[in-house]
Amino acid sequence: MMLGQGQTQTVKVERYTRASRVALPVAAVIIIAAATIPAWGSSAVMKQSVTFLTLLALAQMWNLLAGYAGLVSVGQQAYVGIGAYTLWVFAEKVGINPFVCVIIAGVVAAAFAVPTAGLAFRLRGGYFAVGTWVIAEVYRLLVTKISWLGGGSGVSFNSVARIDRGTREAVIFWLALGVAVGSVVLVYFLLRSRRGLALTAIRDDETGARGLGVNVFRSKLWVYIIAAFGTGVTGAVIYLNLLRAQPEAAFSLNWSALMIFAVVIGGLGTIEGPIIGAIIFFALQQFLADYGTWYLVLLGAIAAGVVVFAQRGLWGTLVRRRAVDLFPVRRRLCLETVCFVEESPRQSGEELGKLTEGGFGSPPEPGSS
Amino acid sequence: MVWVNDIIQGVLLGGLYALFAAGLALVFGVMRLVNLAHGDFSVMAAYLALVIVGSLNVNPLYSLVFAMIVMGIFGYAIQRGLFNFAMDAGPMQAILATFGVAIIVQNLLLEGFTANSKGLDAGRIENAFIRISNQVVIGWFPLITLLVAVAVLLGLQIFLSRTRLGRAFRATADNQRAAQLMGIDNRHLYGMAMALALAMVAIGGVFIGIRTTFSPSAGPLRLIFAYEAVIIGGLGSLWGTLVGGIVLGVAQVLGDHIQQGWGILVGHLVFLAILAFRPQGLFARQAQ
Repeated sequence: MMLGQGQTQTVKVERYTRASRVALPVAAVIIIAAATIPAWGSSAVMKQSVTFLTLLALAQMWNLLAGYAGLVSVGQQAYVGIGAYTLWVFAEKVGINPFVCVIIAGVVAAAFAVPTAGLAFRLRGGYFAVGTWVIAEVYRLLVTKISWLGGGSGVSFNSVARIDRGTREAVIFWLALGVAVGSVVLVYFLLRSRRGLALTAIRDDETGARGLGVNVFRSKLWVYIIAAFGTGVTGAVIYLNLLRAQPEAAFSLNWSALMIFAVVIGGLGTIEGPIIGAIIFFALQQFLADYGTWYLVLLGAIAAGVVVFAQRGLWGTLVRRRAVDLFPVRRRLCLETVCFVEESPRQSGEELGKLTEGGFGSPPEPGSS
Repeated sequence: MVWVNDIIQGVLLGGLYALFAAGLALVFGVMRLVNLAHGDFSVMAAYLALVIVGSLNVNPLYSLVFAMIVMGIFGYAIQRGLFNFAMDAGPMQAILATFGVAIIVQNLLLEGFTANSKGLDAGRIENAFIRISNQVVIGWFPLITLLVAVAVLLGLQIFLSRTRLGRAFRATADNQRAAQLMGIDNRHLYGMAMALALAMVAIGGVFIGIRTTFSPSAGPLRLIFAYEAVIIGGLGSLWGTLVGGIVLGVAQVLGDHIQQGWGILVGHLVFLAILAFRPQGLFARQAQ
C-alpha cells in the first residue's frame, strides 16, 4: 500500500521486537534467581511459590485453548483431576518414582482428551463450554464410584510423603518452576510454528482460514490435546504439593474459575496476559486470605468487568498504548524502514490498517489514535 | 410395577428440569447466549423465597410470586447493565461474563447464607400422595410441579405465537439484524427475554427448594441438568425441552434404582450417548 511505482524494496519478515530482545535475558535471570529459592527460602515460601507457578501454567494452558483456538472450556478441571489421580495410580499402585509420574500424568490426560474432544467438539460456543463441564463431572463421578481409586473420600500420596522433606519440597518447587516456564515456552514455540500461524488465522477468521487450506478441526484438536497434557502435568505437580486428593476438590469447577479469571484479567490471546493475570489473582488471593471466598467474588467482578469493558485485559490494554511485545509470536512485514504490524488480537475494526512508524516500540504516529 | 413407579417418578422429576431448561433455551434462542449463571440464579431465587418466608412467615408458594417478580427485574437489569455489553464485545466475552457472574453469585450466597443446606417448608402438601397401587405412589407435589411445568411451557408457547412481544422474540431469534431494521429495540428485547427466563427459573428454584434441600453450591448441577435437557430435546424445540427433561429424569431415577447413588451419572451418560449418536437432539427443528 505504501510501495512507490517501480521502486525496489527489500522485504523481510521481522519476528522479534526490541522488547523481546531485552525480555529474554531478563527472563533468564529471573528464572535462574527463582531456581535458587530452595537454597534459602522457607518451606512456606516454597509452598506458596508452587501455588503461584502452577496457577501460571494452568492459566497459560487455558489461554492457549480460548485465546488462540477459540475453545472456551469450563471443563479443564477434568485434567487437573486426571493428573492427580494418574500420579496416585502410578506412584502408589505401580510404584514408579512420583516425580517421574508427573510426565505420565500429562500423557494420560492427553489420552483422555481425545475421546472428550470427540464428543465435545460436536458442540459450539457456549454449548461446548457446558459440554466440557459435563464431561468433567462424569470423570469426577466415575472416580467417586470406583472404590479402587479411593472413592469419594480420596487418596493420600504416601510414597511422596515418605521422601525426605527438604528434598521433596525442593524438587516439587523445581517441577513447578519447570511447568510454569515450560508452559510459556511451549505456547511461544507452538504459536511461532506453522501450526501457530494456522491458529492465528483461525482466530481471526475461521472461514477464511479454512478457505486457505487450514484444517480447522485438526488444529483445534491439537491445541485441545496439548492443553490437556499441560493441565495434567500441572495437576500432578499441584497434588505432589498437597499430598492428598479428593475427587470433589481435584475435579472442582474452581480450577476452571481460576484459570479463566487469571487469563481474562491479564489479557486473552497474549502470552504476557496470563502471567500478569496469575500475579494479580495470586496477590488478591493472599491479600484476602482471611476473608473466606470474597477473593473469588472480587476476582469474578474484575473478570466480568474486564471482559466487557477492557476486552483485551490489562496487558492488552497496555500493549495498545505502547507496542511492547515480550513474547513476539506475530510476524511483521518490514519494507526498509517501515514495518507493518500484524494486528494484535481483538483489535477493533477501525484500528485495522494502522501502522507503527520506524519499527519497534515507538508510539503510534500522532493523530492516528 | 416397581419399574412403572420409577418411570412415573422420573417423568415427574423431568417436569422440574423442563422448568430450568425452558429459561435456558429461551435465552439461547432469542440472543444466542448460553447463560452459565442460569443454575445459580435459580438457587438465588430459592434463597430469596427463604428470606421472604422467614420474615413474613408465609407459605413458600406465596413467596413464589414475589421471587418471580424480583428475579424478573434482576434479569432485566443484569442483561441491560452487563450482558448486553458483553454480547457486543463478542460471543466468547458473553460466555465469560456469565461465568464470572455465576462465580460471584455462588460465593455471595455462600458468604450470606453459609454452606449449610436449607429447605423451604410448604406444609402438608409436601407429603400428600395418591396411592394407585401398593407400589405406585404419586406425590401431589411432584405432580403439581409437572403440571406447572406444562402450564409454563404452554403459556410460553402462547406468548411466543400470539402476542406482539412474542412475535418480536421470534423475529429476533430468526434474524436479529432484520428484526432491528423493522424497529425492534434488541437491547430492550434481550432484557425482556432474560427477565422472562429468570421468572421461569424462579419457579423452578422455589419448587426444587420445596422438594429437596439446596445450598449455595447447587447451581452448577442445575445448569447442567437444564443444559442436558435442552440438548437431549433438541435445540430450538420448546416441547423438546420437556421431553429432554423427562428423558433425563427417567434416566436418573432408573439409574438410582439399579445402583443407589448412580442416578446423576447415568443421566450424564444418557446425555453423552445422545450427543454421540444423535447430536441434533431428539426433536431438533430442521436447520434452515
